[in-house]
Amino acid sequence: MFGYNGKILDIDLTREKVEEVRVEEDVLKRFIGGRGLAVKILWDRLGNRWEEIDPLGLENIFLALAGPLTGYYPGARICISGKSPQSNGIVGSTVGGEFALELRCAGWDGVIVTGKASSPVYIFIKDEKVEIRDAGHVWGLDGKKTVLKINKEVRGELSRLWPTVGLWREPGLIYIGPAGENKVRIAAVMSKWTHAAGYGGYGAVMGSKNLKAIAVKGTKPLPPVADKSRVLELMDKVAKLSYANDEWRRWGTGYGGYSYGADTSSEPIRNWQEEWHDNVDYGVDKFERRIWVKRYWADYGCPTSCLKIAVVKSGPFKGAITDNPDYELQAYLGANLGVFKPEENAYISSAIDDLGLCGIQCGNILGFAGELYQRGILSRNDLNGLELNWGDSKAFTKLAEEIARRNGIGNILAEGTYRAALTIGKIKNVNLLSYAIQSKGIAVGAHGVRSGLDYPQQVSYACSVQGGDHTSIAGLPIDGPLWNTELSMIAADSGVVCAFNVWSLKILFEFINSVTGWSISRDQWYNEIALRILQIQRATLLLGGPDIYWNPLVDDDNPERFYEPLPSGPCRGKSLNRENVRKTVREYYEAVGWDEYGIPKSEILRRLNLEDVDKALDKVRRRIRGI
Amino acid sequence: MLHMSGGIWIARDYLKCSGCRRCEIACSLHHEGEIWPESSRIRIFMLIPGLEVIHLCTQCPEYPCVKSCPSSALSIDEKTGAVIVDRGKCSGCGVCIKSCPGEIPHLHPGEGYVVICDLCGGDPQCVRICREGGWNALWITRKEFFKNTFKLYARKPEEMTMDLLFNLYGDMVEV
Repeated sequence: MFGYNGKILDIDLTREKVEEVRVEEDVLKRFIGGRGLAVKILWDRLGNRWEEIDPLGLENIFLALAGPLTGYYPGARICISGKSPQSNGIVGSTVGGEFALELRCAGWDGVIVTGKASSPVYIFIKDEKVEIRDAGHVWGLDGKKTVLKINKEVRGELSRLWPTVGLWREPGLIYIGPAGENKVRIAAVMSKWTHAAGYGGYGAVMGSKNLKAIAVKGTKPLPPVADKSRVLELMDKVAKLSYANDEWRRWGTGYGGYSYGADTSSEPIRNWQEEWHDNVDYGVDKFERRIWVKRYWADYGCPTSCLKIAVVKSGPFKGAITDNPDYELQAYLGANLGVFKPEENAYISSAIDDLGLCGIQCGNILGFAGELYQRGILSRNDLNGLELNWGDSKAFTKLAEEIARRNGIGNILAEGTYRAALTIGKIKNVNLLSYAIQSKGIAVGAHGVRSGLDYPQQVSYACSVQGGDHTSIAGLPIDGPLWNTELSMIAADSGVVCAFNVWSLKILFEFINSVTGWSISRDQWYNEIALRILQIQRATLLLGGPDIYWNPLVDDDNPERFYEPLPSGPCRGKSLNRENVRKTVREYYEAVGWDEYGIPKSEILRRLNLEDVDKALDKVRRRIRGI
Repeated sequence: MLHMSGGIWIARDYLKCSGCRRCEIACSLHHEGEIWPESSRIRIFMLIPGLEVIHLCTQCPEYPCVKSCPSSALSIDEKTGAVIVDRGKCSGCGVCIKSCPGEIPHLHPGEGYVVICDLCGGDPQCVRICREGGWNALWITRKEFFKNTFKLYARKPEEMTMDLLFNLYGDMVEV
């Protein structure tokens, strides 16, 4: 077997038992790694009683999986998964950094964590050595302090155990902030202060297991590949493409805060009440001159280095340290809150990083709260005394803290936009779902679809098995480009590689084959492998539970707001057409083998050898179709 | 291949280092034929996120590591000035590591002999890939009369991290 270590760590925190799981090659061939393998493991272990599993309960499983390409393909990422406390399905959420590389060099392809520790712990891995360590002294600490403390402690431990080999470097580290500890459903799994696996809410899953962090140091080489000279050539090819397409190198996605407003009218502004702005003070050149102190910041092996380090060194927002911010956070922790100043945007982002919240989900819910305040539905009294005026970055940051600590209204908002809309709606006796800009419990990424000028299309979020995730969008044809179809993105998420370095799907598939020695064809990918992964994800999403169940006839749709005409800018008046959307949803169902109720058909499931999934879906068929 | 009188030196710009570690990939591919981060002669430390510390041999004029070796396993390459490790003679005792003001040498994680930058015989692969990427955090410079100045770059990662901290984050981060 090439490209894999062939083993995964299986750690039971309840029994404090560490085991090694070997994964057979035929399983890997069908599920690859990362998101695909997570789906397989979750279905095998929890599939028969999926609806009963509480994502924040004892039985959920936390997964951090690399893939065969991780470390070879430029730009390493780890894929985080489990039953999502946001969608109740499965989300594959990837985050960059050195964690995945260290894990692979320690001889593992991933980590599975089950059960719950009796008190806060972190897991320390050094090659074969695995230790569950007390985390009492780091529990409650913000992201910055957590990283510094654990880095120091692990290096100290490595030096104590292996004192003569020279200086030890810091470990690869994933961790949670206070939000994850408090099981906030919009908590992220964090890395390197500013990186987040945000979609899915897996920070809360770590918190529910009393797991503060996983630190890993690997001292071995990456596992051997099948065709080394070809892999090295492909690595070089990808790097050269990244150098040639240099807008992400130059700006990261930091051009977006201005561009997606001014150029494409697709930026969330004040909870998506508008999507156009021409605020030149929010231009990437301003960010660059005012707050970027380092223009190229990369994760392992990455030729793109889309991250830029931003520091606010003076003025009332002094002390903020974050990356760019990238476009998603420029939009959600800026424009969506009526904030259009680089240093204020960095200030909110830095705070959200420290709290360990997902910047997208949190900015979405802060905007939701902002609109309820604007409309007089939530008062200052409701909001723990905060006056949530658009543009007041300190007030919004304070509310984010209340969410992370589950104080007052924060305790309701901590449940995420969808659940909070239901709860507050009940209290206020009004339907608030029309202000919730989400899909199946997951906030919609900061790329609007009304103008038709940005990359997502009218069913991108409506039909995605990862809800509002802007990196895994549904589209037709289903074997289309990476940024238009989930089946293609599943390749990057299972690889596991950074989608920002995927310039050609052809190269990506050749990479998979050169690393593993297999000969997966394009046809096999779209008609079998990726389609199988998608069907299981869809099945778990429809099985849902235990608190919320989705009905595709209602929930495979865009947020209500996207049917309102855009009120401003060159695309003024544009909106989605309901009938058109419904028609495309049905076309999409047909293309991926789902019936008119959005449920995977028995025939396709049987063709993909998913008889057990088909059987489990009988429950969904009864609930939705009444048969 | 660069031939310069008095040898060559790898200059380094910490603030330009992206932390991509493609230099480590190039180094371990050149020396080991594999991607093996902890065997790399050049290592990037990131004790604090964003503060990348480039850690590799500076070829101090006094060569304390060579002098300290009890097994005569270290020698100096006449052409480049690099420290050359004789794997057969090295016992992995670690004395050279302690003698280095930056504790830069480290033991090969697989075979236990000490690894020190050999300047790839005059064409350092880390420099090549860093230049190719356009970061220019590493480049080749002449040694000339700056020998003692170059040696200053042999410092421990903790100290260099604190310097970079002062530069980039100031007192905004408590350590």
